[in-house]
Amino acid sequence: MIKIVKRDQPSKAIFFFTPVLAIFLTLIAGGIIFFILGFKPIEALKFFFIVPIADKYGFSELLLKATPLCLIAIGLSFCFKSNNWNIGAEGQLTFGAIVSGGVALLFYDQEGFYILPIVILAGAIGGMIYASIPAILKTYFNTNEILVSLMLVYVSKLILDYLVVGPWSNPEGFNFPETRQFSDSARLPLLFEGLRIHAGIFLALAAVVISWFVFYKTYLGFQMKVSGFSLKTAKYAGYKGKKMIILVFLISGACAGLAGVGEITGPIGQLHREVSPDYGFTAIIVAFLGRLHPVGIIFASLVVAITYLGAETAQIFMQIPKYTGQVFQGMILFFLLASDYLLFFKFKFIGSKK
Amino acid sequence: MIVDINFVGLIIASIMASAVPLILASCGELITERSGVLNLGVEGMMIIGAISGFALMTVTGSLIIAVFGAMLAGVLISTIFAFLTQTLITNHVATGLALTIFGIGISAMIGKNFVGIPGKEFPVLFEGLKDTIPLLSPILFGHSIVFYFAFALPFITSYFLKKTKIGLIVRAVGDSPESASNQGINVRFVRYACILYGGAMCGLAGAYLSMIYTPQWIENMTGGRGWIALALVVFSTWNPIKILIGAMIFGGLTIIQFHMQAIGVRIPVQFLTALPYIVTIIVLVVISRDSRKIRLSTPSSLGKSFHKDN
Repeated sequence: MIKIVKRDQPSKAIFFFTPVLAIFLTLIAGGIIFFILGFKPIEALKFFFIVPIADKYGFSELLLKATPLCLIAIGLSFCFKSNNWNIGAEGQLTFGAIVSGGVALLFYDQEGFYILPIVILAGAIGGMIYASIPAILKTYFNTNEILVSLMLVYVSKLILDYLVVGPWSNPEGFNFPETRQFSDSARLPLLFEGLRIHAGIFLALAAVVISWFVFYKTYLGFQMKVSGFSLKTAKYAGYKGKKMIILVFLISGACAGLAGVGEITGPIGQLHREVSPDYGFTAIIVAFLGRLHPVGIIFASLVVAITYLGAETAQIFMQIPKYTGQVFQGMILFFLLASDYLLFFKFKFIGSKK
Repeated sequence: MIVDINFVGLIIASIMASAVPLILASCGELITERSGVLNLGVEGMMIIGAISGFALMTVTGSLIIAVFGAMLAGVLISTIFAFLTQTLITNHVATGLALTIFGIGISAMIGKNFVGIPGKEFPVLFEGLKDTIPLLSPILFGHSIVFYFAFALPFITSYFLKKTKIGLIVRAVGDSPESASNQGINVRFVRYACILYGGAMCGLAGAYLSMIYTPQWIENMTGGRGWIALALVVFSTWNPIKILIGAMIFGGLTIIQFHMQAIGVRIPVQFLTALPYIVTIIVLVVISRDSRKIRLSTPSSLGKSFHKDN
């Protein structure tokens, strides 16, 4: 007989093992879905998870997609650790892209070393401004941050749409919904000839290091964790709850804004209608899959980035609809949450011997 | 300018029509939340309902199968949520988000073969009475059965919660799962039932969009209505009758877009499209500002997991 017993303490080993289990279960469930759709499961999974990263170009694409995911997820981990549900990173990314794109357009016919830093800074500020809206409304008006941050995603995409179709559209662009090309000085440099991976990856790595330092080496990180476990305890200890809420939102907004900068100043070099294939939403999954741990998030962003590439490859080679990527992302989160059960409960085998 | 009184009636009727999916989804979610469960997967359940309804209608040709199939699809997808949050005690917010992402993906996957297929005509009731009363006729007559159901639902929901024993149990479970459990109520069972009911209503809301309102399948066609429905529940302070008012306001904002463009008001179309989202935020701020009032009307255990140690 099997009995389910509550653990005295959450198991640490299982804490880091369950993400792996979740990925494994997702693969199995994915195979089943492919089978139902009439594809050979093993072959489909190969096209989904192995073929896309089998060569140098594929690997560069993987890093290209993992970069914004990692960056945003790092920012979100600040929010989630302290129990703030910022789910509007997609909007903060978009608004960051709008602000940095606007600044880059000011310099469209100029060259100079000073342009790129200004453009990057503008993106971070844009993301912060946008993230401050749900933060301020939450702290001073008691408004649910989940709904506000999400509504703002729609608003940001409409602002972007308005700008690229209207006032910011390229005067020589035959009415295409896109802006002028930025000058080369406003572009993040490519790292290798012929590959699209760009210097934005260093922004992501810097975010990883800084967040690790803040979480594990500073008093601020400790305060965040305490508030995440119990808001009452945090209040009792006298932490400034409101300031912290605003701070974590600003951090995650800055990260999302930087991800937006990477998207427009990297391979594309202009603003257009769709700056992000929902990186801001997918990064929520990355943050959880990485256990809100900086190193975990690196691995998680690589795994989830594959679902983007795999969806494209599978579409080209097997005519599998590209939305399978999203299905996989949803499943990873389902399985991850489900396997968390093992953190708090264990199965006890009660011997049948008497 | 002479305004045709029947034209005013038509505008009001179109506002009501666009309020229908919001009312259905909000009333469903309201019951779920009243039992203490916060399901953020409304958008995902709606879109699943939309594609299921449309696909079943196209494949079977039966509108009845399609409508009930869409509700069943909502129930099935919400079962995942119920199992995770109630049996495996996962976090409500994260699970709901996963449900939405998963639902949008699955719906687009199924819907690939249904893009561009024209919808069927959905039968309307009381069509013969359409020209009898000025102003009121277009409002009262000539709508689908789902339309009438949606406008009755807030009253039914209110009666259910206030006057029936089961409604009382649902509220007890949401306000104090511990004492409900001590009274011998199976908290987990009640919450399961409320989640599945919410799923059915969201499925119906989605089916209304793809089968009656639009009527065709467009990817991502719910376009944030699920999230607005969630906001409406907060707006209503968990009172079903107020959902009706809120849904009419948002329906009005949606309809205003079309008429502003028709009159030739020179406001960028994107601004008008953004209006419902911006108004949602403003309304949420106004409602939530009084934190005491919100705390009094929010189900006390909303979003908190309940696990009975045995």
